[in-house]
Amino acid sequence: MNLPFFSASQADRRLLTEGRLAGPMPWVIAIMMFMTVLSAAGGIGLNHAARNLTTGLSNRITVQIVEANPDERAVQARLAAEQLRDLPGVSNVRRVPDEEIDALLEPYIGANGSQEGIPVPALIDADLTDAAHADLDAIEAVVGDVAPSARIDDHAQFLAPLTGLIGTLTWLAFAVVILTASALAAAVILAVRSALNTHGATIEVLHLMGATDAQIARLFQRRIALDALFGGIVGFLAAAIVILLLGQRISAVGSDLLGGISFPWAAWILLALLPLAGAGLATLVARYTMVGALRKML
Amino acid sequence: MAKSIAQFENVGLRYGTGAETLSDISFTLDEGGFYFLTGPSGAGKTSLLKLLYLALRPSRGLIRLFDEDVVTLPRGRLPGFRRRIGVVFQDFRLVPHLSAFDNIALPLRVSGVEEKDLFEPVSEMLAWVGLADRSSARPATLSGGEQQRVAIARAVIGRPEILVADEPTGNVDPEMAARLLHLFDGLNKLGTTLVVATHDVHLLSRVANAAMIRIDGGRLSDPTGLLKNPPREPRRRRDS
Repeated sequence: MNLPFFSASQADRRLLTEGRLAGPMPWVIAIMMFMTVLSAAGGIGLNHAARNLTTGLSNRITVQIVEANPDERAVQARLAAEQLRDLPGVSNVRRVPDEEIDALLEPYIGANGSQEGIPVPALIDADLTDAAHADLDAIEAVVGDVAPSARIDDHAQFLAPLTGLIGTLTWLAFAVVILTASALAAAVILAVRSALNTHGATIEVLHLMGATDAQIARLFQRRIALDALFGGIVGFLAAAIVILLLGQRISAVGSDLLGGISFPWAAWILLALLPLAGAGLATLVARYTMVGALRKML
Repeated sequence: MAKSIAQFENVGLRYGTGAETLSDISFTLDEGGFYFLTGPSGAGKTSLLKLLYLALRPSRGLIRLFDEDVVTLPRGRLPGFRRRIGVVFQDFRLVPHLSAFDNIALPLRVSGVEEKDLFEPVSEMLAWVGLADRSSARPATLSGGEQQRVAIARAVIGRPEILVADEPTGNVDPEMAARLLHLFDGLNKLGTTLVVATHDVHLLSRVANAAMIRIDGGRLSDPTGLLKNPPREPRRRRDS
């Protein structure tokens, strides 16, 4: 009985009846771990997607030269691009080729729409540093001096609602992880109380023989830990299969936005640690609950 | 002069807010003594024993065990004291899913004895109580007398300084009762202090030098006059 927690003797283990996988406890933990891993995976994936979006697009601007006269539009576009290249904190200035714009608009105005007289704005993409992005009004003013028809579209502005939504969903996913962890703790408390009732007579006898609270608690926490570990691994494996299948479906959609929900290998390590964390949490809760109950005895 | 091992002074016990189950209990048990605790059913024998084996704390009074005040003893120190007391419960309280061997080995395991060091003392104890061939039997397959002997073996295997037995002969035939008494006598001769609760007063005559503590209505008397610090006679009211 004095042996360390995980190396309790065979005879010690026999002090409590029922073998492994007895009762619903491991399966309840498996279901909770399944939900926890899925939620955590969702949170990590969304967080990764949000980061991809913000690092890739949030400091980018597109300058539109909205000028009906094609010659004037071309002049203003050239001057605006030159002006942008000279500004500090501005990089990757690129005049979007007309062919690319035509390709983008083809579904709406047909092929070669711009060459058929439909006034299509000239577009210039540029990346900004954080400092330059913070002073966007100054850039707009400088560009406006050489290209009065210029309008600046800040990508961060139109991405804000989307990143906000993704952020909310990420927090929601992590909140679900915390809720399921709390539910796991509650289930362990119920299991320990039930075990206290079932094994009350044995516990009392051990107690009167001079067993310490820690000795008795060790018997229960070991059992709960093994149940939690088994349930955790089953739940994790089931969730991993679902995540892989879901990943295939997302790839098949081919959407840039959904494609951003990638899953780095480090995330798998984090998810694989969840069953261990669950077993650790269950063990701590079992010990705390058991010692608390034993302290009510003399 | 024998050293005292347990001392009760004006001990009272009350369950909840009811009347006192035990009142003004005072006596001293000598080390190596043999004591019978007698009295009718419901007199408070089991409650008194529970105080002795530290299953309860008194509502008032002083209890000293092994020269220490156990009433104010911190809870964390109680297991150490309990390991020095063997208990034979009235209902045996064997762990039903453990074999006779494992039931008897329990106190040693609680005390941290290594598995490799268990076999010899437990086997000796099984032989001592005449159950060497029943070591792997579970309690449900043992007769009442066999269960009682397992309970006794379990209570004494840790070489307790005090052995407390609650009605150990209550459920056995006279022949078995005599055998059990013989076991107790042998233990007592090895130096263990025995406190045996029974309502069978005939047992007293079978053990030489045994003292009798009689309890009735939660109060003690000392019929054999062998108790140190015997209970005082309750004051009688003067008739007006």
